[in-house]
Amino acid sequence: MADKNVSMRTPLSRVKGLGASGHGVEHWWLQRLTAAANVPLMIAFAFIVAALAGSSYVEALALISHPLVAIILILAVVSVANHMRLGMQVIIEDYVHGSAARVVAIIANNFYTVAVAVACLYAILKVSLGRILF
Amino acid sequence: MAEAKEAQRPLSPHLQIYRVTWTMAMSVFHRATGTALYFGFALFAVWLVALATGPRVFNAVQWFFGSPLGLLILFGYTWVLMHHLLGGIRHFIWDFGYGMGDERMALARLTLIGSIALTLAIWVAAFTFL
Repeated sequence: MADKNVSMRTPLSRVKGLGASGHGVEHWWLQRLTAAANVPLMIAFAFIVAALAGSSYVEALALISHPLVAIILILAVVSVANHMRLGMQVIIEDYVHGSAARVVAIIANNFYTVAVAVACLYAILKVSLGRILF
Repeated sequence: MAEAKEAQRPLSPHLQIYRVTWTMAMSVFHRATGTALYFGFALFAVWLVALATGPRVFNAVQWFFGSPLGLLILFGYTWVLMHHLLGGIRHFIWDFGYGMGDERMALARLTLIGSIALTLAIWVAAFTFL
């Protein structure tokens, strides 16, 4: 009679500890890493948006294109986009059942977060780099 | 060849069988605020792309955000962001193994009161420095 507790895993897979998904704790870790980065970035973001309240086109251009503001915003967009992509993926995995719907939802999640992030980064860079010309 | 049988595994009970508690509500709310921020992030992209497009588009978008509806959305967004931020810090405290006992209620209360206080502080600051 064979031992029922024999693992199906190879010794190498157990040592690597990457689990069935092949990613190990990467998702969990990146979620925490971006969360930690988001704390100072979102505090700075709140100040930047507050400073933008009721500003004219020229005033808004001047503020967003300031190197310090632009760099903080780029860091914020990268960190936030990753954080919300991972967060929404967990929500989808918890509540969307059926493999087809789930796969479609996860693809849509990736498309949406990348599209929004690229739009933000493009706009920040265009406004910031354009300032060199005048 | 034997057919693969699907094991009748028990499903774990979900939200509806538990008594609603404050800490549970705050946990649900953390996901809800995260989802709101997820979609709200597109508003910032719209504003930035409008700025990059030119003064005409920018003025239209800026007018919307300055309208009563726009201000209401921004105010709500500020609160949701502050709530998710403080909720996230609460999760960090739990990740380090603290705050699992009776102080959970205090942490939940602190998140709620703190988020409202921070939101009001940001808006008062925004309007006084204007």
